[in-house]
Amino acid sequence: MRNVWVILRKELRSYFVSPVAYILLALFAVIFGFFFWNILGFFVFRGMESQMRGQMMPMNINEDVIRPLLSNVSVIGLFLIPMITMRLFAEEKRTGTIELLATSPVSDVEVILGKWLSAVILYASMLLLTAVNFLFLFKYGHPDWKPLLIGYLGLLLQAGALLAIGTFISTLTKNQIIAGAVTFAVCLLLWILEWVSGYETATWARVAAYMSVITHFESFSKGLLDFKDAIFYVTLIFFGLFLTARSMESLRWRS
Amino acid sequence: MITVTDLTKRYARHTAVDHISFEVHKGQIVGFLGPNGAGKTTTMRMLTCFLPPTSGTATVAGFDVLEQSFEVKKRIGYLPETPPLYPEMRTVEYLQFVGSLKGLAKAELAKRVDYVCDRCAIVDVKDKLLGKLSKGYRQRVGLAQAIIHNPDVLILDEPTSGLDPKQINDTRELIKSLAGDHTIILSTHILPEVEQTCEQVIIINKGKLVATDSVSNLQNRARGAESLLVEIGARNGLVDPAKVQTRLELVPGVSRVVLKNKRENRSVFEVESRKGLVRGDLARSIVEAGWDLNELRPAAVSLEEVFLQLTGNVAAAPAEEAAVTAGVK
Repeated sequence: MRNVWVILRKELRSYFVSPVAYILLALFAVIFGFFFWNILGFFVFRGMESQMRGQMMPMNINEDVIRPLLSNVSVIGLFLIPMITMRLFAEEKRTGTIELLATSPVSDVEVILGKWLSAVILYASMLLLTAVNFLFLFKYGHPDWKPLLIGYLGLLLQAGALLAIGTFISTLTKNQIIAGAVTFAVCLLLWILEWVSGYETATWARVAAYMSVITHFESFSKGLLDFKDAIFYVTLIFFGLFLTARSMESLRWRS
Repeated sequence: MITVTDLTKRYARHTAVDHISFEVHKGQIVGFLGPNGAGKTTTMRMLTCFLPPTSGTATVAGFDVLEQSFEVKKRIGYLPETPPLYPEMRTVEYLQFVGSLKGLAKAELAKRVDYVCDRCAIVDVKDKLLGKLSKGYRQRVGLAQAIIHNPDVLILDEPTSGLDPKQINDTRELIKSLAGDHTIILSTHILPEVEQTCEQVIIINKGKLVATDSVSNLQNRARGAESLLVEIGARNGLVDPAKVQTRLELVPGVSRVVLKNKRENRSVFEVESRKGLVRGDLARSIVEAGWDLNELRPAAVSLEEVFLQLTGNVAAAPAEEAAVTAGVK
């Protein structure tokens, strides 16, 4: 476990020494801020409209602000995740530092966990920064904080799964751009798979929709902790990390 | 310290290393010599547990590289051909990272980092970014990284490639100075490097072991015949080289006498003979003729010749000439 910590610290340092982390944090904060402003603006507009008509419409800040916001954020995540994971292994392979890791007394699993956790921590810090926006909601409104927390947990689990897949893809190439592009394509595919459920009800479509990471975010965005969905993400994390381990092993037999 | 038995690495289309066996004893510096693509790096990667062998075994400090790779990894320091540096790290940070990766405890780590910085003369660049270091410094940080955990065995892949002559010299001196504490294998395709730094040579070519012996034995082995350098002087008057030649050729066992160098009152001859004890007869014959025997010593054969002979390189002739003259001076 000590080795996981050694690798984790090194990875975090290289994120935060280079501009990578800051650019990602800034991008995420700006885009999140825009969504927040937009959705809140619409919410306020609807509130005024209902007052002018003189009839009270049911309005709920959790349902009408937090829920659509979290759904949108989970999509922004899809775009930023490839940028977090693309360098994890591709860079080490390109510069040859992978030889240092592979000839040190640390196991592959420790290296993989350290790298993946560092990516998760970077993503978590991106999420943490967005909490600033919610301070305003709590200042001027009375949202329920439990659904919000569960929503954030869902975002983290979803990102963890996609980051695990991105980590795996990064072991396949020396080229960061390729790793990033492929990860992006896979993330996007895992997102839009859900669309088939819109017109098709056959078994294959239900399976495809089930595979989509968005399908399982539905419950979290509502603030419900559904264990089936949580387990889906955890399984995906294990699957991604397992593939990474296999890929690292095969690296030795191939090269 | 290192035992390699029938080590083989086969890829889909070719065999990179083909049944190599050798042994390295504790405290030795061994030169791993071969032309580019001979399988040096592949062998080293197998010894460092980076690549698994296709067949055969290798043990480092008594541990098998495949079965007990964890124990092996703890006991080796490895410098790959390009030093494995993270450009965004500072020298000290990097050494601390590698040290903790190799399992050093925190208290020991600080001491070791100071020690290796001192040893490898990188104190001046302690706080510099690795990406900004010159090639020579990068190589030295690479060496510092390899010895940070005081490993029993050091494996260095072409430690002097790409350096300028002064840096090469410094690096060689550094490696030599490390020999007492560590068993060292270094690979190179530069022959003088082996002559200067190593005690033992392992020569491989096209994946096959060609020779393994001490440097001096290999030099002796290079020729079936022995070659001696004889300097003859005369106190009164000149020595006629032709006369010397005819006289020396009469000594039993001598096959050829060549004049190498002629000055006013002394001449140097190279005497080739069958292996055996001709030196006594040679000396007696010279003295009996009334000449002075100033010097009689075996001509050093450079490893280059040995290497070319052993690897069966056809283009040996011109290189051989150059090497012999180098050996004379």
